[in-house]
Amino acid sequence: MKEMKIQPIKNGTVIDHIEPGMALKVVRILGIPEPESHSTISIAMFVKSKKMKEKDLLKIEDRELKQKEVNKISLIAPNATIVIIKDYNVKKKMRVSLPEVINGIARCSNPNCITNKGEPLETEFSVENGKEIRLRCLYCERYVTDIVESIA
Amino acid sequence: MHVVSIRDFSKKDIERILNVAEKMLPIARGEKTSDLLKNRIMATLFFEPSTRTRLSFESAMLRLGGRALGFADPGGTSAKKGETLADTIRMAAAYSDVIVLRHPQEGAAKLAARFSDKPIINAGDGAGQHPTQTLLDLFTIRKETGKLNKRNVALVGDLKYGRTVHSLAYALAMFDAKLTFIAPPTLQMPEEMIATVKKMGAKPELANRVEDVIGTADVIYITRIQKERFPDPSEYKKVAEIYKITTDLLEDAKKGMKIMHPLPRVKEITQEVDSTKYAAYFKQAFYGVPTRMALLKLVTEGGN
Repeated sequence: MKEMKIQPIKNGTVIDHIEPGMALKVVRILGIPEPESHSTISIAMFVKSKKMKEKDLLKIEDRELKQKEVNKISLIAPNATIVIIKDYNVKKKMRVSLPEVINGIARCSNPNCITNKGEPLETEFSVENGKEIRLRCLYCERYVTDIVESIA
Repeated sequence: MHVVSIRDFSKKDIERILNVAEKMLPIARGEKTSDLLKNRIMATLFFEPSTRTRLSFESAMLRLGGRALGFADPGGTSAKKGETLADTIRMAAAYSDVIVLRHPQEGAAKLAARFSDKPIINAGDGAGQHPTQTLLDLFTIRKETGKLNKRNVALVGDLKYGRTVHSLAYALAMFDAKLTFIAPPTLQMPEEMIATVKKMGAKPELANRVEDVIGTADVIYITRIQKERFPDPSEYKKVAEIYKITTDLLEDAKKGMKIMHPLPRVKEITQEVDSTKYAAYFKQAFYGVPTRMALLKLVTEGGN
């Protein structure tokens, strides 16, 4: 039997195949633990993996991720797989996919951008997937300097 | 159709605008009259002052028989009372046929375009875009050097913060220009911009001195270096001295070379240069009128 480092969860979400070292950033952008919540959160980092050599892994009890949250994760962990668990069984599997444009998820890091001035609009960024993922504001055309800060 | 960013225009779009501008020249000079935009109203919303840009837009509209209304700075407007730009724009769209917007925040014109059912022309948004300046620069190059394709253009001065040079470098790359960026190391063209023009096929060179290009450039486009960019006044003085066009320097210039400047100039070009055949910067300021006439015509017609 395989060595079990993290307990299975009864209900909730498993985020697997997170780039090694990125799990805490995923935790941060998901805003967990939620205030008042005492559900179990397991974080495993640098787990040996056949597919990725090393990976991070996250198990969040009692929380089902929404599509918007999945989109956020794709920006920092583009290879993640997301499994929703119900009664210890897989209810749904999702792969994250990197959208071309994201709406309303990120904040522009340019303080002088019109999107930071209380106007009635949703932010909009184009997602550029080169060596690393970059977000470019479609209003001021600047690149976001820190994606995690921008979407947390 | 809106005019928000030069990046929204194809090479063909630009050529079309410049061709219309060409036809506008006699009207812009007052040699011919026109009532092409008779009974049309242009709103100029200037949330920060820019006399040259505003006057050239107003001149363009009046020359075409239209009318202009608006404000030249936000003091006394409802923006001061905390109105959102989105609301101001919706109001102006109800009172006019075309809106010219100058705003201190980047992305303001894009926002305006979202909320307006009338065409928006971006007359500068913060450190962002200023597409009508770029178009008039291109018109000047075409007009004063005879063509726009494959020109050898040196951009000189503050290339880091100067917004006009970013849009211009982008547009010139579309027209296969040979670009040289001449600036002190701290004010050199941002890496991103260099990468962008390279992707478009340009092979920009970086240089430190105008002397390096004086014999080869078709156009030297010089911009103002602001004192505030230098914490040390002596450093500024040194730099200001290096990036200066003088008649001595022009002795080695290529025949037909033109000097351009978005104005206002301070000391980047000595006054003796004004009367030489190389000086094109006052003509460039005038070309703002036919270029903006062309844009006003094209956007109010609804075509691009």
